[in-house]
Amino acid sequence: MLRVEGVEKSFEDFKAVGNANLTVGKGELVAVIGPNGAGKTTLFNLITGQLKPDRGKVFFNNEEISRLPPYDICRKGIARSFQIANIFPRLTVFRNIQVSVLSQQRKSRRLFRPAETLAVEETRAILENVGLTDKADATAGSLAHGDQRTLEIAIALGNNPELLVLDEPTAGMSAEETAATLALVRRLADTQGLTILFCEHDMEVVFNVAQSIMVMHQGITILQAEPETVRNSRRVQECYLGEG
Amino acid sequence: MVLKNSINLKSSILAAALVLILLVLPPFLPRFYVYIFAVIFMTALLAMSLNMVVGHGGLFQFHHGAFYGVGAYTVALMLTKTSLPMWTGFVAAPLMAALVGLLIGLFCVRLTRLYFGMLQISLGSLVWAIAFRWYSLTGGDDGIHGIPIPSLIASSKGAYYFSLILLTICLIIMYLIYKSPFGATLQAIRDNPERCEAIGINVRRHQLLAIVIATFFAGIAGVLFVVVEGSVFPDLLFWVFSLEIFIMCLLGGWFTFAGPILGAAIMVSLRTFVGAYTEYWTLILGIILIFLIFFLPEGVWGFFMEKFGSPQKRMAEEDHK
Repeated sequence: MLRVEGVEKSFEDFKAVGNANLTVGKGELVAVIGPNGAGKTTLFNLITGQLKPDRGKVFFNNEEISRLPPYDICRKGIARSFQIANIFPRLTVFRNIQVSVLSQQRKSRRLFRPAETLAVEETRAILENVGLTDKADATAGSLAHGDQRTLEIAIALGNNPELLVLDEPTAGMSAEETAATLALVRRLADTQGLTILFCEHDMEVVFNVAQSIMVMHQGITILQAEPETVRNSRRVQECYLGEG
Repeated sequence: MVLKNSINLKSSILAAALVLILLVLPPFLPRFYVYIFAVIFMTALLAMSLNMVVGHGGLFQFHHGAFYGVGAYTVALMLTKTSLPMWTGFVAAPLMAALVGLLIGLFCVRLTRLYFGMLQISLGSLVWAIAFRWYSLTGGDDGIHGIPIPSLIASSKGAYYFSLILLTICLIIMYLIYKSPFGATLQAIRDNPERCEAIGINVRRHQLLAIVIATFFAGIAGVLFVVVEGSVFPDLLFWVFSLEIFIMCLLGGWFTFAGPILGAAIMVSLRTFVGAYTEYWTLILGIILIFLIFFLPEGVWGFFMEKFGSPQKRMAEEDHK
């Protein structure tokens, strides 16, 4: 479904992503791991169009998307969350998700229908799904960190994506919040058949959840394989141990 | 939800009552005050139109006065230089303002934040330069005077009612837009444009549409200016005046819907009443602004909304602290 081929990206002299390769099949739960600074976030930004690759290509459903702006990529069916809580702080939690649903339904430019009556069912369902129903009327900026991160995922769900890209969904979370978020990610993959690509720097988190793992080191793909193979790979161990 | 609806109902009743009072007020007012009220109405419409892009859209629309001026000049020129029926001028003004808004907006939305604002000041100043320099058409520095206003709305009471009614209609339309999916999306863009792109929203196109709508309403405010004052002059398009409109939004509360009306009323009153005593009335304004930044960062209206507004939202927020 998603294929990343030899993607490269440099910032001035620094090569953030050197040679990244990745495949995600339909219905798979794929993780990208690597030490801090391995280029995971840059890779995700290249996939969802926040950045354009210097070299290499990204294909989604056999169509090249590497040159498209983010909103077109989103329309093709890829939604994403960000590593730092990237929400609409002055809007209510409900409105945060509703805006995304409205965009998905191509209703963002309607001028004279009250928004209150549109996309309400869908928004409620998502709130229910991620467990934010009781906070629907709170201003998003006033939420606790963990809830903001959950809302982050909920906004992405509003786009009803085929592929959900999550950039370190558990960053900065407590142990319980991490467990809850992972349970949510798993449930989305299992019960709703979503294809999910996410990244993590904590290896243990990943081995329990992912079906396929891509390991990155200094911007380069070391390998992509099943968790067992990755765990036993000498090269992967070297990368992690080498970092100290 | 029930609570929220009852608040909406309450504020619509309050608004309707206010309009009713304003409708019956003129016979009891001295003529000068009727005039001042009309000035407040047109300025309020101008500030409200700016706030659609500044407060709700998060755009640094630094030269809104240019579009206001284009509207005013369009109607003035059509009434003095052509023999077309009067109403065509009234219709052409907002359209012309929106067209100039579209042209300038096309360039500006490619930039963000301060760069957007700086480019708009430069492009808007070009429009000002045309009005200021093209003597044969615009009368240059002198402007255009003695514009033949239809007799029905030429008197101070006529102008009062005309601006009040137009303001009310425009406010209703603006409120609908504010509450529409487009309004919601625009506020989301204000909060976080990067995220909006990631949820499939073409940010620039939405911003451009917002600018076109806002400049259209600025053009209507320009019509009101001509009706109330009977003249136009290039100062309307000067960037310093645009700054004043910006301040009205901040003063009233730019994250609220109706705040700029209050901001406009405060500014017009200051200019009129303090300005009568000293030409340094902006000094008082400066002091007020300093206090505003320290004590009412959400603006006057924003402050009162926070104190007495929607209790549900407040509770939800306090719950969380």
